[in-house]
Amino acid sequence: MATLTAAEVRHIAKLARLQLSDEEVTKFATELTSILSYIDTLREVDTAGIEPTAQVTGAVHRLREDALRAGPLADPDALLSTSPLPIVDHQIQTPSAHG
Amino acid sequence: MLHTLTLAEALRKLRAKEVSATELTQACIDRIDSVDGTLNAVVYKNFDSALEEAKKFDDNFDTSKPLGGIPYLAKDVFCEAGVPTTACSNMLRSKDYRPPFDSTTTKRLKEAGAISLGKANTDEFTMGGSTETSCYGVTRNPWDSSRVAGGSSGGSAAAIAADECLFALGTDTGGSIRQPAAYCGCTGLKVTYGRTSRFGVMSMASSLDTIGVLTKTVEDAAVLLRLMAGKDPLDGTTSDAPVPNYPSLLTGSMEGMTIGLPQEYFTEGMDPEVRQAVRDAAKTFEEMGATVIDVSLPHTRYGVATYYVLCPSEVSSNMARYDGIRYGHTEQASSLIAYYEAIRSAGFGPEVKRRIMIGTYALSAGYFDAYYRQAQKIRTLVRQDFDAALRQADFLLAPVTPTPAFAIGAHANDPVHMYLEDALTVPISLAGVPGLAIPCGLTTRQLPIGMQLIGKHFDEATILRAGHAYQQATQWHTRKPGLGG
Repeated sequence: MATLTAAEVRHIAKLARLQLSDEEVTKFATELTSILSYIDTLREVDTAGIEPTAQVTGAVHRLREDALRAGPLADPDALLSTSPLPIVDHQIQTPSAHG
Repeated sequence: MLHTLTLAEALRKLRAKEVSATELTQACIDRIDSVDGTLNAVVYKNFDSALEEAKKFDDNFDTSKPLGGIPYLAKDVFCEAGVPTTACSNMLRSKDYRPPFDSTTTKRLKEAGAISLGKANTDEFTMGGSTETSCYGVTRNPWDSSRVAGGSSGGSAAAIAADECLFALGTDTGGSIRQPAAYCGCTGLKVTYGRTSRFGVMSMASSLDTIGVLTKTVEDAAVLLRLMAGKDPLDGTTSDAPVPNYPSLLTGSMEGMTIGLPQEYFTEGMDPEVRQAVRDAAKTFEEMGATVIDVSLPHTRYGVATYYVLCPSEVSSNMARYDGIRYGHTEQASSLIAYYEAIRSAGFGPEVKRRIMIGTYALSAGYFDAYYRQAQKIRTLVRQDFDAALRQADFLLAPVTPTPAFAIGAHANDPVHMYLEDALTVPISLAGVPGLAIPCGLTTRQLPIGMQLIGKHFDEATILRAGHAYQQATQWHTRKPGLGG
């Protein structure tokens, strides 16, 4: 069974875009190890030939009609207004993606 | 005492002009003012708007509206245009996110004339079983304020048990309606996946999330489901299966019904009072003409582990949207990646971070097949268990939880033990079948005991009929906590 090291916890946090404090890294290393060790009981189940379930009610992909709706669900400017960042020309100005 | 009315009673009195919507709404507001300081079930109070809506109903008296004049609370994940909706998370609280649109459910309720009183407490983004992860603090159990109300729809359940509103909306992903209903002694309906629309409700785990209600009676749940169920073009997973007239199917009869008792749900490790109360309820059903048989759900013991792979995996994906761009708070940062990290680290609490971390790990390169794929396959086995058991019986009967409500803080440092509290609710969620939680007893310490009636896909009618028949024959649903007033 996997025991998560501090370095692994930091790597997962990086993938998840979380910045963890040193205390959080220590705490999560212990907690995630104990959760993963519990989850490992799933390995004992023989699932050869069993199809995975992604959804349960037998629904199939359906396309909606390719037509305009009567109106927008919400006003685009109202949707923009919930952003904490500056709005410039109906667009959200974010920090630079290039650092 | 108007706040103690059931939804069905209140509708009759409103239409007979024995009470006004204003009186009913004011009674609920007064009740919240008197008991919620202790309970902390309500996190946003929209009272001025509620009283305005009530006055409008009284002035126009439009009886064509099926819920005209009925005050309710929505769990704090249902978007209502212009009303703060924060998922009880600092991620959205610090700027009080006010969505510019309505969830399909609150929109349908508004069109039906229901009056929104505000928002009910929940675990942060519905992740938890006790409301202890809410940024507004824990909701206390109306029966014992040192205990949790359950979760994640703990605010909704406590509000119903304490008569703060006539009904409340909840969400159930792994037990989040049924478990708090059991802990607080009220009725809670988790629908078949796809029976009700998820549009406009903040997602936790999209293949498991369902939208349902917490009520004082099964009859009330039937009235509401008829209005809430059905196809929604805005949620592609909603079913176009016909929506029955649920209230008209509440015949009170159990004749000819077969009930299955899943043996794995009555184990030695459980609280004996809980086990006995549900066995007694089975006996009551038998006396009413039903046949009770033993059935088996052999993969029950893998339910929690399966759920705690699938749910966090979907959480890690759904929570990606909280990046401080379209909503939430802002932080100073030199680059976009640093900005995301700063926002998410400050905004999310420990349980949300924990689930994002588990899910990110389970979905990461090299682990996907061992965790996520394997869990999806076991989900198939769990579903097959229910299919087989529900071929032998019209519905299954089981306890909702292994124990009554636990003490606040009892599982604070032990996430695995906290997750094991969900052992009897998550398999139903994995199978996507409906579950109706109703009170069936009190422990010697006067804590509510809940049982769940588990039905076939899209057959809410049968469990509502049986639950209603039980409530006609027994009085457990009328027992109230000693809060005074």
